[in-house]
Amino acid sequence: MAESREKARQHSVSAGVLLGPAPRRTKKPVRFLSRRLVAAVTYFWLIVLGTAFTLPFFWLVSTSFKPPERIQRWPPDILPRLSVHLTQNLPNPADNGRRVVIVDRLPGERFRIRPLDAGYRGRRVVHIENLRATEQTRPGLALYNYTRGLVFIPFFQQLRNTLVICVACVIGTMLSCSLVAYGLAKIDWRGRNVVLMIILSTMMLPFQVTMVPLFAVFSRFGWVDTFLPLTVPAFFGNAFYIFLLRQFFLTIPQELEDAAIIDGAGHWSVYARIVLPLSKPALSAFGVIAFLGSWNSFIWPLIVINRPSMKTLPIGLQSLQGFYGDGNWAVLMAGAVIASLPVLTIFLLAQRQFIEGITLTGLKA
Amino acid sequence: MSAWPDKGKDDCVERLRDGVSGHLRRAGAARRRNLRNGLLFCSPALLGLAVFTLYPVLASLYYSFCNYPMLKPPVWVGLANYKTLFRDPVFYTSLFNTAYYAIFATPLGIVTAFLLALLLNQKVKGMALFRTMFFVPSIVPMVAASVLWLWLLNPQYGWINVVLHALHLPELKWLADPDQAKPALILMSTWGVGGWMLIYLAGLQDVPKELHEAAEIDGAGPVARAWHVTVPFMSPHLFFTLVMGFIGAAQYFTQAYVMTNGQGGPVDSTRFFSLYLFQNAFQYWKMGYACAMAWILFIVILGFTLLLFKTSARYVYYGGE
Repeated sequence: MAESREKARQHSVSAGVLLGPAPRRTKKPVRFLSRRLVAAVTYFWLIVLGTAFTLPFFWLVSTSFKPPERIQRWPPDILPRLSVHLTQNLPNPADNGRRVVIVDRLPGERFRIRPLDAGYRGRRVVHIENLRATEQTRPGLALYNYTRGLVFIPFFQQLRNTLVICVACVIGTMLSCSLVAYGLAKIDWRGRNVVLMIILSTMMLPFQVTMVPLFAVFSRFGWVDTFLPLTVPAFFGNAFYIFLLRQFFLTIPQELEDAAIIDGAGHWSVYARIVLPLSKPALSAFGVIAFLGSWNSFIWPLIVINRPSMKTLPIGLQSLQGFYGDGNWAVLMAGAVIASLPVLTIFLLAQRQFIEGITLTGLKA
Repeated sequence: MSAWPDKGKDDCVERLRDGVSGHLRRAGAARRRNLRNGLLFCSPALLGLAVFTLYPVLASLYYSFCNYPMLKPPVWVGLANYKTLFRDPVFYTSLFNTAYYAIFATPLGIVTAFLLALLLNQKVKGMALFRTMFFVPSIVPMVAASVLWLWLLNPQYGWINVVLHALHLPELKWLADPDQAKPALILMSTWGVGGWMLIYLAGLQDVPKELHEAAEIDGAGPVARAWHVTVPFMSPHLFFTLVMGFIGAAQYFTQAYVMTNGQGGPVDSTRFFSLYLFQNAFQYWKMGYACAMAWILFIVILGFTLLLFKTSARYVYYGGE
């Protein structure tokens, strides 16, 4: 098709030599202009919409560094600012009336302060009653939001829990799914298509159907409040990844395996030494998506984990939200930042796997 | 290693020695060996299917006909759960909420993602950065995104209202108002369309350029070309996301749970089907009732998906060859 048009173009050029300039030529400057116009319109929308998509992030990070008393303000601070206070009613009269910046809020209305006056030698932790937002502020980060949530929720413990569960799930899913996919793609046995159809049909089943009996079973096993209900099922395959890996294995040339089998290899060695090494790109792409899915899983850990120290980060963040309700947004935002950081880090480190994984799996948005 | 069946070297040597007759004699043995190997390799999934799918599905069906308060064994009550369900006004509210969400959020997400993909498919400098900007929101963990949007949608201090105020538009109550709660959640869902956008972007690379050029020569403008060339070629991708989006919307839970602290307020306006199901199961401990709801959800999803696939031949175009 392209060839024929190339010919047509040549033809029209040669015709143009004979019959004067082709009408296309007169159009050229117009097209050039419109291309610049298209680029300008494209940039306009990219910047407007890109800002709209990015602002929530900016607001998330900015809020997470604001002192609580500066959050519920109109108009809001764009970048975090710390309030400047005059210390009053302190034991040492020399400390009174000094301008200080509050750098940390401690339990019991006590505040860690940083004096603005270099000559100040007073206490660094003071008790301030009826703290109100003052008009005087200076730029600064309220880092204490990141540790404040720890009073109520063992955040870093939960971060560790989530990482352990996610890594176990990814290893389990990739291991079991690649084995099953190998069995379905590379071994010719009676009934494999039936098994494939049964596995695929389970993708239609909403989790809500199996949720209650699974909970009943796991609580009978005494597995509630352990990581086992969250990790063990991953070692028994997942229809989605089995199907995707099977499709990938089918693209590996049969000749490689035939050669290996003639050299005396069994299916296990073909799987471990040929198919797995060749599938590294697919496994890493799907692994990243499996990690993302596991990191996002909510309803199942919500059901099977009750003890705060065993909770995953999403559940912990939810209980923090339930605890604060409409209250301390800065601490909630700090929690949301902590919950997002591992995923965003993986995205930055493994962008290619991420993008391939999503285009291949059609991740639910 | 020894546990794994090995179709070893000696087998090949034997096969060569025995010649054709031996080969034929061994075909049956090879088939049996393949069956054994295949079953062994598939054993994780077969076990998983039995334990984590088949048993729970049957148990769930059984429980749906039972009164099952978790701490006591299930007692058969026949169709009582289903009868109560069809008289339960909250059941209909949750059904309506879910349908509302699915009907608006899915097409809105598809259109937004598609338009963004068209925009990001333009050949201008710095596109990698812009693609990242639009994609990254979709990988923010759902709970983190929900907490963030709870703050953005805050009626008093949220940035959405700050922007509306700056544009001289009326400020809204969002999640504090029963009429605006679902639109707020739908708005939030469009922030996370990056995954679909990426799928479309990958698909757009396969739309034949020749057709675009041909249409251009025929005098079609950019909009006409997008509608008559791009959309038909992208219809498999659009259809796929429609099905996935619908299934996802039917099970919409996490955001509603986090943003309303598991309550589904205000005035049941965000009590989605899955949320009500969860509440029945794990807050009211009405397991049988929850299982009955789950089966209705399953049947609705199954029916709708089949309907979409049955009618798909009319509007999905799978290549010209």
